[in-house]
Amino acid sequence: MNATTANAAHWLALHRSMCRIRAFEETALAAHQAGDIPGPLHVSIGQEAVAAGVCLNLRREDRITSNHRGHGHALAKGAGVAGMMEELHGRAGGHCGGKGGSMHIADFSVGMLGANGVVAGGIPIAVGAAQGLKLLGLDHIAVCFFGDGAINRGPFLEGLNWAALYRLPVLFVCEDNGVAAFTRAADVTAGPGVVARAAALGVPAVTVDGNDVGAVDAAAARLVAEVRGGAGPRLLHAQTYRHTGHTSTDAAAWRPADEVAAAKQGEPIARFEARLLAEGVATAAELAAVREDALAEMQAARAAAMAAPWPDPATAFSDVLGA
Amino acid sequence: MTTLVEALRLAALQEMKRDPRVWVLGEDVARGGLFGQYRGFLEKFGPDRVVSTPISEAVIMGAGLGAALVGTRPIIEMRIFDFVMCAMDELVNQIAKIRYMFGGQARPSLVVRMPHGLWRNSAAQHSQVLEAWFAHLPGVVVVAPSTPADAAGLLVSAIRSDDPVLFFDPKNLFGVEGEVPEVIEPIPFGRVRRVQSGNGLTIVSWSALMPAVQQAAAVLASRGIGAEILDLRCLWPWDQAAVVASARRTGRLLVAHEAVEVGGFGAEIIACVAEHAPGVKLARCGMPRVPLPFSPPLEEAIKVTPAKIVAAADRLLAR
Ligand SMILES: Cc1ncc(C[n+]2csc(CCOP(=O)(O)OP(=O)(O)O)c2C)c(N)n1
Repeated sequence: MNATTANAAHWLALHRSMCRIRAFEETALAAHQAGDIPGPLHVSIGQEAVAAGVCLNLRREDRITSNHRGHGHALAKGAGVAGMMEELHGRAGGHCGGKGGSMHIADFSVGMLGANGVVAGGIPIAVGAAQGLKLLGLDHIAVCFFGDGAINRGPFLEGLNWAALYRLPVLFVCEDNGVAAFTRAADVTAGPGVVARAAALGVPAVTVDGNDVGAVDAAAARLVAEVRGGAGPRLLHAQTYRHTGHTSTDAAAWRPADEVAAAKQGEPIARFEARLLAEGVATAAELAAVREDALAEMQAARAAAMAAPWPDPATAFSDVLGA
Repeated sequence: MTTLVEALRLAALQEMKRDPRVWVLGEDVARGGLFGQYRGFLEKFGPDRVVSTPISEAVIMGAGLGAALVGTRPIIEMRIFDFVMCAMDELVNQIAKIRYMFGGQARPSLVVRMPHGLWRNSAAQHSQVLEAWFAHLPGVVVVAPSTPADAAGLLVSAIRSDDPVLFFDPKNLFGVEGEVPEVIEPIPFGRVRRVQSGNGLTIVSWSALMPAVQQAAAVLASRGIGAEILDLRCLWPWDQAAVVASARRTGRLLVAHEAVEVGGFGAEIIACVAEHAPGVKLARCGMPRVPLPFSPPLEEAIKVTPAKIVAAADRLLAR
């Protein structure tokens, strides 16, 4: 594959997006470990290629729903970093005014309809968003991110059946990191897996190497075009690896060390950088600068969040009802 | 001294050793459960009795019922209370009804464990306190202990019960320490524990709010007001007789709970005492009707604190 100018820009955007997610997650993890971020924190280190590869094929008006591990999806979709970092720190300027936190990040201004504290909770919402967009005659689509653990919940079956039945413009993205909390997904999932389940419900599905952002990007571009073109729902099954534990306080010590080490070898950013270098898209110094800029951006956002005001306790009583 | 979560572990361990029909199902239980409440169970009882399930709450609940109907005694672990919402049909329409609906043929001998309540700023979908919903539901027993010994004894009763017992694990108190006997005897449902005696007013509470109530009572005591504190322990059946007798004796009753005040179980207690002991002065203290916010100052603004309990007691004493 040769890098034309156009796709060189796109590749660099993919790289930058992944680096920003990685930097955000590492910064957030450190902040949580320092005691500055309250509540549970689930980071997506190692899974950046899925968020970036999918979201960079979307328009601002396209909607996404996410799960408990949703920082990357939000960032890749364009959510403001200051508002995200403040939200994680529980500050007034967070996207949700400090009411949501890490597990309930939303930025409706960029079509990010919310992370979710309930596994599979975002699936029906995405399906409904797609139905609404269709009803309004718009050609925007909905994308729904969920983990491999979610496919054992009823809303997966109900949501896919529904989307297929009404030919809704929704792309389901199963981010398969092989684990659900502390249990291997394979130990609790019968049958040949998510692709076959989707097929059985009339939703065409493809599997990609979710640590290869180029592969995710190419598959997402094709599937998004099909969905937007009115072909009905599609499912992207992206195989990846969660470098960290389930939450920031979980060491995932039960996983064999060599398995983790091997996964880190194939981690998406370094892998893509090797390709960018080989294709002559960027120099090592340029790529390092992107990483450093991303880290500086996130650390500045963290410092700003730490300095930002806490919410006025009176706001605990607002937004309960609209009136 | 034993932590509350360890006391619960020991109680379940004792019962699983005693009765091979007892088993546990839920997410990650073979890895010890989210809170370590099943640590070591897999090694002891094997994967047939310690079943790590898919994330399939409806089936976890429904399968637990089915297994109870054929004579086993499942402990159904919901991981965190809020996820029971994914299994409400199985719980409300099936489990709670099955004995009655089938004319007494069914014996739903199961425990549903639901670690509930405010905990480490876990926000709107991981902190809810909705035990009153279930007290409203005919066909289930509702248990909400606050000490290691009570938790252990009530869990033993729950496991041995032939009724569906909804066991509200107080997750914020899991680290609280107390004495637990070597052999854990069952504690009967529906009896209060008298935490301390007093003549100034009666305070009834339960579950995760008990430490705050005790702190509030210490403040009142420093001002010479003796509070009688009753830990309700069970919301259904609940110890009407003990509560009414104490309220009648002190003449004042404050019910404090972590849950939202509106429609909380405090309202039921207050109404009952108003009927059976007219003249007793009544008050309650709960959260405002607001979802749980994430940010610490916002959570602090709505949660029930010792200061709020003291303030409610002061208003009651001034009447
Ligand atoms: C309905 C429901 N059940 C259980 C949980 C607790 N929980 C949170 S994340 C998780 C594992 C999810 O695994 P997966 O969907 O594969 O996502 P991953 O964490 O691997 O990214 C569990 C069991 C929950 N949040 N919601």
